[in-house]
Amino acid sequence: MAFLRLSSPHTRGPNKTSRVMLWVILCTLPGLLMQTVFFGWGNLINTALCVAIAIATEAAILKLRQRPVAFFIKDNTAAVTGLLLGLALPPLAPWWVCAVAVVVAIILAKQLYGGLGSNPFNPAMVGYALVLISFPVAMTTTWSSPTGYGSATPGFIETLQIIFGNAPVIDGYTMATPLDVYKHDIGAALSSEVLQHPAFGDFVARGWEWVNLAFLAGGIVLVVRRIISWHIPVSMLAALSVMSLAFGWDPDRYTPLSVHLLSGATMLGAFFIATDPVSAATSHKGKLVYGAGIGVLLYIIRAWGNYPDAVAFAVLLMNFAVPFIDYYTQPRTYGHKRSRRIKTSDS
Amino acid sequence: MRKLWDFPGGIHPEENKHQSTGNGIQVPPLPEKLYVPLQQHIGAAAQVNVEPGDRVLKGQLLAAPEGRLSVAVHAPTSGTIDAITPHAVPHPSGMTDWCVVIRPDGTDSWAERQPVDDYHELDAPALLRLIRNAGIAGMGGAGFPTEIKLHPPVDDKVRTLILNGAECEPYITADDMLMRTRAREVVGGLEIMAYILEPEECIIGIEDNKPEAIAALRAAVEGTRIEVVVIPTKYPSGGEKQLIQILTGLEVPYQGIPADIGVMCQNVGTAAAVYRAIRHGEPLISRITTLTGEGLEQQTNVESLIGTPIGFLLDQYGFDPARTERLILGGPMMGFTLDNPDVPVIKTTNCVIAGSPREFPAPPPAQPCIRCSMCADSCPMELLPQQLFWFSQSQEFGKAEQHNLFDCIECGACSYVCPSSIPLVQYYRYSKGEIRKQREEQAKSDRARERFEARQARLERDQAEKEAKRKARAEAAAQAQAEKRAQAADTPNTGRQSASAAVQAALARKNASATESKPETAVSHAPAAPSLDELETNLTKAKAKLNTMQGLLKDAEAQGADTEKLARAVTKNQQRVDAAQQALDDASKANPTAETVAESPTDTADEVPLETLRTNLEKARNKLDTMQSMLDEARQQGADNIEKLERAVSKNKQRVAVAEAALSERELNNASAPEANSKQESVPAVEMAELEDALTKAQAKLDNMQAMLDEATANGNDNVDKLTRAVAKNHDRVARAQAALDDARNPSSTSA
Repeated sequence: MAFLRLSSPHTRGPNKTSRVMLWVILCTLPGLLMQTVFFGWGNLINTALCVAIAIATEAAILKLRQRPVAFFIKDNTAAVTGLLLGLALPPLAPWWVCAVAVVVAIILAKQLYGGLGSNPFNPAMVGYALVLISFPVAMTTTWSSPTGYGSATPGFIETLQIIFGNAPVIDGYTMATPLDVYKHDIGAALSSEVLQHPAFGDFVARGWEWVNLAFLAGGIVLVVRRIISWHIPVSMLAALSVMSLAFGWDPDRYTPLSVHLLSGATMLGAFFIATDPVSAATSHKGKLVYGAGIGVLLYIIRAWGNYPDAVAFAVLLMNFAVPFIDYYTQPRTYGHKRSRRIKTSDS
Repeated sequence: MRKLWDFPGGIHPEENKHQSTGNGIQVPPLPEKLYVPLQQHIGAAAQVNVEPGDRVLKGQLLAAPEGRLSVAVHAPTSGTIDAITPHAVPHPSGMTDWCVVIRPDGTDSWAERQPVDDYHELDAPALLRLIRNAGIAGMGGAGFPTEIKLHPPVDDKVRTLILNGAECEPYITADDMLMRTRAREVVGGLEIMAYILEPEECIIGIEDNKPEAIAALRAAVEGTRIEVVVIPTKYPSGGEKQLIQILTGLEVPYQGIPADIGVMCQNVGTAAAVYRAIRHGEPLISRITTLTGEGLEQQTNVESLIGTPIGFLLDQYGFDPARTERLILGGPMMGFTLDNPDVPVIKTTNCVIAGSPREFPAPPPAQPCIRCSMCADSCPMELLPQQLFWFSQSQEFGKAEQHNLFDCIECGACSYVCPSSIPLVQYYRYSKGEIRKQREEQAKSDRARERFEARQARLERDQAEKEAKRKARAEAAAQAQAEKRAQAADTPNTGRQSASAAVQAALARKNASATESKPETAVSHAPAAPSLDELETNLTKAKAKLNTMQGLLKDAEAQGADTEKLARAVTKNQQRVDAAQQALDDASKANPTAETVAESPTDTADEVPLETLRTNLEKARNKLDTMQSMLDEARQQGADNIEKLERAVSKNKQRVAVAEAALSERELNNASAPEANSKQESVPAVEMAELEDALTKAQAKLDNMQAMLDEATANGNDNVDKLTRAVAKNHDRVARAQAALDDARNPSSTSA
């Protein structure tokens, strides 16, 4: 009679990493849908492309590293990295921009550090920042103009041809993002004049507002289902709001809060990118600090930096700070008077 | 309505409690043999006081508590003692331990019981004694002796007495069934405990998933001051610290006990056992155990006798080993697996799960940690399990400890929620084990270092002393030489010069045989008077030794230590004293003859002390060897060797005394020899060699004493003081021996 000899506990919950990642993927779908509705097929095609490249790259590297390929592919984390890049890159970004971003994200930012769980930086944002710095033209002139504004929108085949370089990008197909427009036009115009630009539409930022609201909705589902905790998104959005109200309260000089919140990659960043558990702070207090840091940096770069949007930079900069934050935000353990920190003599 | 607090984290695993609550509490038949372990509790094993072949009655004492932290063990039924032998016991390691094997006679006849009808007639100490003698240890899990727990430190006044009926682990229903069917006993036990502790309030905490037990308890507490408090179901609300937090909002301080914050927690099963022990005079010989899992045809609770083999119990309810993959003792969250169903039920066995692979599928391979911190969110102790995991994995135990690894209660909530299926608790157990091991090794190496440093310092000191003495001697010799030269200039005398040359040669030959020189020395020996003195000294020493031994014996008896050996030592010493007395008397009688004989050149009376001295020295050397081996043993065993050291010390004292006696004799001889026979030239030289030899031995002994003292100091033994005094005495002795030697040498060189 031989029974299994195992250490307790003997039961485990239904939680699985692959399930967590699946929920993340599912919750991005409303946002992807809105992107497709308002900005054409670009994001959908890029997302599919990025996911495919991500999985292929991950598989190749795992094979090289002599790791079980299927076991790790099944955790869906490579797919999530590809997905986030597909959602974040400009809809009409050429295929090689996507490829470079994804390959860098998977190989450089993830597998070279030891694969899942060992990367200090958010892989998708490393890839994004690299292509943003390396290919500024391709990254800024390929944002689709929103539909319903009168200009032509490329069809599915044409979009494919544009992405793969077989068709020219017609000027009317693209348009600067609302954040970009406001930032550059407000220097020489009043708020009311800037808002006349077709990028803003009737509400806040044509198309972008719906995309952001859809990501917000998906993010709330993640929070409710406890896939992510509320700390990072809430503190990040709160910090962004506070900064905007404190420094950018005058819409004739700075981008107003509504545009900050509902355009650009704000909601995608808050709920899906900054919450990457591997590269984020771990304790609740730490997460609040981490999210707030991202919000502050996001505003600083958007308002006074060279880039119209800055989720990637803000997240990466705070990734640097994570070990420091973790060090100072250890929770107080039951029965202890206060939290204890690692003494320097032990390091 | 009492205000309830919440504890952080916690999980809601599937309860799986309904399977085992439908069949009441069944009574299984008597097994063929019962294996009653002597240690079923935290603390020292009970001391067995029956022998194989003895007939015992139900409830008869099998083993009495040994020391403070221990409880008694009783016969669960009547029968004969088959054997007292090591047998597999419930332990994660699958180890064996001493068990009393009882073959039941089937009559189940009780020993005499002494029920207490009204416990108010007894005072708290008397009740506590009854509880200790009834063998009651915490029945919730750890098995801490209840009597000790009911006896908190004097500064800690228990204001809130909590009865833990939460039973938060899945599958287990033993406490639930107990409260449903014997609520009166539970409440009765709580009342007795309250009488002992006099708390301000008494609470029974119970999870809201046990409506029947709640109703039964509510009915039972009717008219008392006891409050039944229903708490939300959440694992691990039944953890002592968590339950206290839920009911009082207080946290047990780090490294403290609940009594420090005026709270005490007892298990409901323990309360019922206390009630039966006091009210019915029944010791703890059975308990309710849940038998559950899909490997059983019938899942139920049973009233199982302590010592019943678990396999036997399972077999009574349709145990199918083929369907069972894991045999779990305890609950699915904190229990451990058994590979041997022969282990007996003990006082803490609340549940046995014969788990099928469907219920307990094999864990999937662990994926990398993604720091999702779901573990941290589920941790009731507010630890950072993911960080602890990283530190454990990379063996950074220092950091793990800094992150409060030792506050982990191993509830398993983190492992339960981990999406990467990492066996987190196993990592923590590993780290805890490694840290404990490292601590022990650290302590060991610290001791070794202290010993080494002490030895180093001592060697340096000795070296310095030797150096100083050598200088003094050299100066004295130079002076003597100068005097001699001056004398030689006046009256040249080759005889004298040759004598001093002989002295030098003899000094160099330290091992020169005494027998060879005996015919020569014999003439020089002083008559019987010194021999008498010596005998008298011996007697004094022996008496002193005896007194010391008696003192030691008294101390030892007071401490309840192993007195047998000491008693023997005392007897021996008594004999020695008698022998010494006898020798002295004999010598006194023989004195006149000795005096006459002393005139003759071959003085046999004086030959004996020399021979004795030689033998004594040989013996002392042997004893020193023995002591050295004891010392080595002591080093290996750490600090448990106080007794041995004490014995060694007293022996050493005797030996030193002997050496002293020998030395004093030599002193006398030396003092008299040159005067008595100044013409005999080679004699003082040989005397000197003997003295030098004795001095060397004394020095060696002193060194040994010093080493022992150093070690004792490092170990923090109680006898440091004694050893210090002994060393100081030895120092004196060596100094005296040295002085004697110097004296002896100087007169000899001057007189020669």
